[in-house]
Amino acid sequence: MNMLDTIVQGVLLGGLYALFAAGLSLVFGIMRLVNLAHGDLIVLAAFLLLVLVSTLGLNPFLAALIVAPVMFALGYALQEVLFNRTLGKDVLPPLLVTFGLSIVIQNGLLEGFSADSRRISAGPLETASMGLGPVTVGLMPLMALLSAVAVVVGLNLLIYRTALGRAFRATSDDTVTAGLMGIRPRKIFAVATGLAMVVVTIAALYLGTRANFDPTAGPARLIYAFEAVIIGGLGSLWGTLAGGVILGVAQTVGASINPEWQILSGHLAFLAVLLIKPRGLFPRAVD
Amino acid sequence: MTALLETRGLTAFYGDFQALFGVDITIAEGETIAIIGANGAGKTTLMRAISGVLRSDPETILCRGEAIGALAAPDILARGIAMVPEGRRLFPSLTVEENLLVGAYGKRRGAWTLGGIYDLLPILKERRNTPATALSGGQQQMVAIGRALMANPDVLLCDEISLGLAPVVVRDIYAAFPRIRASGAAIVIVEQDIGQALKVADQVYCMMEGRVTLSGRPEELSRDDIHAAYFGAPSHEHA
Repeated sequence: MNMLDTIVQGVLLGGLYALFAAGLSLVFGIMRLVNLAHGDLIVLAAFLLLVLVSTLGLNPFLAALIVAPVMFALGYALQEVLFNRTLGKDVLPPLLVTFGLSIVIQNGLLEGFSADSRRISAGPLETASMGLGPVTVGLMPLMALLSAVAVVVGLNLLIYRTALGRAFRATSDDTVTAGLMGIRPRKIFAVATGLAMVVVTIAALYLGTRANFDPTAGPARLIYAFEAVIIGGLGSLWGTLAGGVILGVAQTVGASINPEWQILSGHLAFLAVLLIKPRGLFPRAVD
Repeated sequence: MTALLETRGLTAFYGDFQALFGVDITIAEGETIAIIGANGAGKTTLMRAISGVLRSDPETILCRGEAIGALAAPDILARGIAMVPEGRRLFPSLTVEENLLVGAYGKRRGAWTLGGIYDLLPILKERRNTPATALSGGQQQMVAIGRALMANPDVLLCDEISLGLAPVVVRDIYAAFPRIRASGAAIVIVEQDIGQALKVADQVYCMMEGRVTLSGRPEELSRDDIHAAYFGAPSHEHA
């Protein structure tokens, strides 16, 4: 009974981690770029939401509708002017550049918002909950999980059912031949990073309303996102969702044994998966 | 009258290595030309330069009089020049049908549609939901040709489409060419199979070591001329 509750809470937490990870997974799947500033971009989006909610008194969901296109444009521009220049045979330049960007974002946020920890107010939604059989679930965590599922379904539809998605996959396979088809790989990459930033906005909405955050909260979010992607297997969005859930459940189960073990047990689950299945649980068939 | 596609003194380099030395080739609307030559003659480099994979000096490649040498591959495609690349280069993550649809990404309107390709190459319709790289070599070559046709090209560049395929398979593939010609597209065939090239081409260019060593209409060219242009020495055993 108590265990069931622990697992359900873990699954819900996993939805949030999957949201952290989905954008990272999308970008890695298409251009093999590991964005070390991903967590900081989530925190940046959370601060943008915070500004709209606290100064204009907007509902956080409405604020997310405004921030999403802004983040799309930011992602598009970052890819076009910065990340595209780092892509090539050498894996080091993108890591160094995104690591530098991570530091720039953190310090920019510290300058603008101080080191105080903040929270986005979602009003009565924050404490709303509903009975689900023998367990009680919070409405916001439930919405985070449902949003994660919706994001994965939506991205998969885009990737496997649309012309843009075919262009994503073709570019991922072979940029030179994609060019012969009239596809401009740099534009495709920019759109992909823009989309990842829309997902980042959704992640920021639930991050900011669930718990406190501050300008240095990004790297820890990146670790969770990265672990969820690796557990699930590179390139599979459903795998990323499963990875997030496994991480969330491991954390809540660990915390139920000893509250100090929450973070540690998540990392241990990650290491255990790496030991048993080094390529993750659902690796893509190709490469 | 300006040519549909023309190279003028085209050169190409891989680093310090010069692969093309002043190549001049002219293609008229609806014409089929063949470029023959041994391995390393520069045929594929020529295709890569025309298709924009390799950038050249603007004025060395002209499309209807417009200098296109420095344009990138998507801009070359937008001018109606599509390529069937050497080695087919299908997208392994995509099914047969998805590979064909990617070919239409540039959205050039024209006679070729998915239905038209399936009509031309019916085996592709049967295999349309199969991952493209799971097909046999000959069927993969058909996908590559269909994929390029989906762009409704005015010029179809075919780089070594018979390479590594059994003669009977090559014959099946070339059987599709009369209908491709009938659609109005000019065709550039790069071949090591001289017999096949002479059969379909209106005009033949022979290349050796990055230069055009012989050109003319197939019926005008003697076997010895071709042998000399191809190998650099006159034929003795076939004389």
